[in-house]
Amino acid sequence: MVDLSVKLGKLQLKNPVMTASGTFGYGTEYCDFIDISRIGGIIVKGTTLRRREGNPYPRMAETPSGMLNAVGLQNKGVDYFIEKINPVIKDIDTNFLVNVSGSTVDDYVITAEKINELDNIPGIELNISCPNVKEGGMAFGTSCPSAASVVREVRKVYKKELMVKLSPNVTNIVDIAQVVEAEGADSISLINTLLGMAVDAEKRKPVLSTITGGLSGPAVKPVALRMVWQVAQVVKVPVVGMGGIMNATDAIEFLLAGASAVQIGTANFIDPTVTVKVIEGIEEYLKRHNFSSVQDIIGALEV
Amino acid sequence: MKKFMLDLIVKENKQLNNQYSLLILTSNDDLPEMLPGQFAEVRVDDSPNTFLRRPISINFVDYTTNELWLLVQIVGDGTRKMCSLKPGEILNLILPLGNSFSLPENKTDQLLLIGGGVGTAPMLYWASYLKNKGFEDITVLLGGRSIDNLLQLEDFAQYAKVITTTEDATHGEKGFVTQHSALQTEKFSAIYTCGPTPMMKAVAAYATEKNIFCEVSLENTMACGIGACLCCVTDTKKGHVCVCTEGPVFNITKLKW
Ligand SMILES: Cc1cc2nc3c(=O)[nH]c(=O)nc-3n(C[C@H](O)[C@H](O)[C@H](O)COP(=O)(O)OP(=O)(O)OC[C@H]3O[C@@H](n4cnc5c(N)ncnc54)[C@H](O)[C@@H]3O)c2cc1C
Ligand SMILES: Cc1cc2nc3c(=O)[nH]c(=O)nc-3n(C[C@H](O)[C@H](O)[C@H](O)COP(=O)(O)O)c2cc1C
Ligand code: FES
Repeated sequence: MVDLSVKLGKLQLKNPVMTASGTFGYGTEYCDFIDISRIGGIIVKGTTLRRREGNPYPRMAETPSGMLNAVGLQNKGVDYFIEKINPVIKDIDTNFLVNVSGSTVDDYVITAEKINELDNIPGIELNISCPNVKEGGMAFGTSCPSAASVVREVRKVYKKELMVKLSPNVTNIVDIAQVVEAEGADSISLINTLLGMAVDAEKRKPVLSTITGGLSGPAVKPVALRMVWQVAQVVKVPVVGMGGIMNATDAIEFLLAGASAVQIGTANFIDPTVTVKVIEGIEEYLKRHNFSSVQDIIGALEV
Repeated sequence: MKKFMLDLIVKENKQLNNQYSLLILTSNDDLPEMLPGQFAEVRVDDSPNTFLRRPISINFVDYTTNELWLLVQIVGDGTRKMCSLKPGEILNLILPLGNSFSLPENKTDQLLLIGGGVGTAPMLYWASYLKNKGFEDITVLLGGRSIDNLLQLEDFAQYAKVITTTEDATHGEKGFVTQHSALQTEKFSAIYTCGPTPMMKAVAAYATEKNIFCEVSLENTMACGIGACLCCVTDTKKGHVCVCTEGPVFNITKLKW
């Protein structure tokens, strides 16, 4: 038997495979296909203080080996999550983390405070990196002072695992990561989507209603790997890597580059059973290379 | 309804003309139950341009022969690949997805099914389903640019009275479906439609004016097909809702049309 469990800040995961926010709903959407309790952790969709309708349709454009989305954080608000969703997912044996977003620092703080009250939710992922909203979101994650202030204020009220999700749309990801760590993040996840654009030449129009959107899928993987590698080199807190993971080999590449766990996003749309396949594939890899624990390959890149 | 991810076997690929194919799929196991109006998400591998699955309507299901039919129009790489599949090849599908058309109240209701181009796809299964449930007064109105865009006419004729329009007068009345004389001379109690959005909007306007029950089947672009990504929304009186889970079939009174 190989040991797949990993420690992620204050969290203990049964394996290093999590699902990425906005791509896995609340988990229940996938119950027909897999036993979701096999997954190490599930990050539920972006949640804000108040209900948001999101951006107008069209919100999606397929691109070579990837997709652009401009959902714009459509959700029914944190109170709806607490009253309607949490009771349904409460008894599922995995770590559910809520992805928290806001337009102001106060929004983040109040939302985090409310989620702090939920016994079964062991952590939040602070989304300071959404490229699809006008105010807030990515604006917080692309400058050091604003990233620092939102993490600092949330840290004051939020006692459990505070994972902070970084935007790749910055000149120097390492600077942001260090600021976030200094303000008390328990772990750092990256990358959110890369700002991109699609044009319909026949119609001479942008494909997305918002003109620009966030790129995800295998097209972003090399960029994501590079950023995970750079950040893992300089921070002491655990790093959670994501961006274009489609199979176990992709996931292992992120672990080797220094990620303590990975998140799988867009791949769930193509294969709703991909998470379980990645867990099994990591186990098979460890056995084949005679490792007894997944810890043995985290950051084990030979350079 | 429980959803499945299945590898189905291509039994036959009938090229209807250079634009359309009818894929007849089967399985060694019994096909799951599917309802008219539902769709499948089809995986098309081997090209970076066909990264996501393609949503395709359930065209027909025959439980006695264990066949699922898909009617596919070539518009790009994914549909071209589907239309070139050979017997014996495997196609991976997630199904059944979405809601279904609603069954009319009375067996004597006068039902009108309107399909434009490849939008006729879900109508064949719906027509056969209605006929099997004992509905007798079914009219299918198919419209297209030309005779080549009118699909499965003989199949429809087994279940319904078939009338047509073409823009170039190569079959049936000349013009758009909403210009067909039957809409002026006959009375209908319910209309179901699928096709290009401008056509469905024109049908919806007709139904609203005549105060007729009307359901439309939307074809928004999708990423997941199972309600996880929120990419496929349509704007309704209740706000944004997912076409892949709360649709694709909507009563027009719910939409902001
Ligand atoms: C619920 C649903 C049911 C459908 N049923 C059928 C069916 O039974 N038979 C069938 O042939 N097609 C059906 N479609 C449409 C089909 O999914 C698309 O034609 C297909 O995904 C195109 O893939 P492609 O790789 O061939 O073309 P692409 O290269 O992806 O696209 C070619 C062109 O078509 C446009 N396009 C692609 N998808 C759509 C869409 N959903 N709406 C409007 N324009 C689009 C693109 O913008 C592009 O200009 C359905 C769509 C939905 C959402
Ligand atoms: C449709 C869609 C919606 C997303 N919504 C969110 C969100 O609400 N919050 C968030 O932090 N990230 C969101 N993301 C970003 C993903 O969580 C992830 O960071 C990104 O897609 C890269 O991983 P991937 O290539 O495996 O998808 C979304 C991505 C997609 C494709
Ligand atoms: S396509 Fe993903 S929610 Fe409808």
